[in-house]
Amino acid sequence: MRQLPVLVGVFAYLSLLTIGGGMSAFPEMKTLTVDVYHWLTFPQLIHFFSVGQLAPGPNMMMVAAVGEWIAGPLGALFVVTAFFLPTALITFCVGRLWNRLEGWPWRDVIQRGLAPVSIGLLLSGSLTVAKGAVTGWLTAFIAIAVFGLLLRTRINPAILIFGAGLIGLFGFLDRW
Amino acid sequence: MNSPLREAVSARPGELPARGRVTLWQIFAAFLTIGATSVGGGLVAYLRRGLVAKRGWIDDPTFVQLLSISEALPGLNGTNIAILAGDRLRGARGALAAILGICVPGALIMVAAAIAYRSQGDEPVVEAMLATIAAAAVGLSFSVTVQLGQNLLKRLSDFVFVGLTVLLVHGLHLSILPALLAVGILAIWWYRPRPSRREAPPQ
Repeated sequence: MRQLPVLVGVFAYLSLLTIGGGMSAFPEMKTLTVDVYHWLTFPQLIHFFSVGQLAPGPNMMMVAAVGEWIAGPLGALFVVTAFFLPTALITFCVGRLWNRLEGWPWRDVIQRGLAPVSIGLLLSGSLTVAKGAVTGWLTAFIAIAVFGLLLRTRINPAILIFGAGLIGLFGFLDRW
Repeated sequence: MNSPLREAVSARPGELPARGRVTLWQIFAAFLTIGATSVGGGLVAYLRRGLVAKRGWIDDPTFVQLLSISEALPGLNGTNIAILAGDRLRGARGALAAILGICVPGALIMVAAAIAYRSQGDEPVVEAMLATIAAAAVGLSFSVTVQLGQNLLKRLSDFVFVGLTVLLVHGLHLSILPALLAVGILAIWWYRPRPSRREAPPQ
């Protein structure tokens, strides 16, 4: 209970970093939740991130699991609100302003300039997850295989993630 | 069902085509459906199918415009589009209904996942499965980045800004906000509007 205000502060701050996508905030989420506040371990955070890829809806709904893990259902509610409300309000206000900015030369320039930065942030987020998740030859192989398949085919990623889970299951059973 | 469609088609992009016709409940139900079925990423594609193709609430040019606003702002593209579309359909309350609808199913599933993880997470078999699922998630994450990059990165300078961002965040362990501000301002300045000689605005 005591940590609810801190939780809200952390995830409201992370919310503002999600330029380009939720992954942009991942390196900072790792730093704050794992290294600074020790709310969970890095492997646990990676697990929530991974399971989050199987859930429908916005892809960073893993924050609900992180909130639940730290402070129960109430924590989940506060974390989800803190993570989605600030950007929702910004989008709401800017959305109403946007049409009036038509013809303002900086509008397209801001969009143009932020595009490569957002890709860089997404790449940093992916690298952070890779550091925690690629631990040996099997995980490296799965990551590269999924990467290649998704770029070359139109297969639903959920199928691949589910399939990867099965590989883990059979790999485990095989050891017995 | 037909009249909002016709209105949506005739409206100019960015206008409020079907506002007032769609009820708050319909908005919530539509986004709840999308929020519950959009498994495997690609939420934007689900939104386009649900809002443009299936219901005709907004037209395609408007959707593309909402997407481009969403991409320039902080926040996930899916939730940002929900806010913008909900606002266009039914004002502030429409926006609230939309974001609640799209978030609730995934949030409930993730809370359930965390509860299950607490009791089963250290089972070796669960750990083995989570390890391979995490590896697949890495592949997914990189593929999304590459696909977005293919659309957005056009010039050498774009790739320099990508590299600079990664270097600051990952190499120098700078926290994201200063990195974002530093490279963002540099990139915006780099692409600053330059008065073209042929159509300089009359002052």
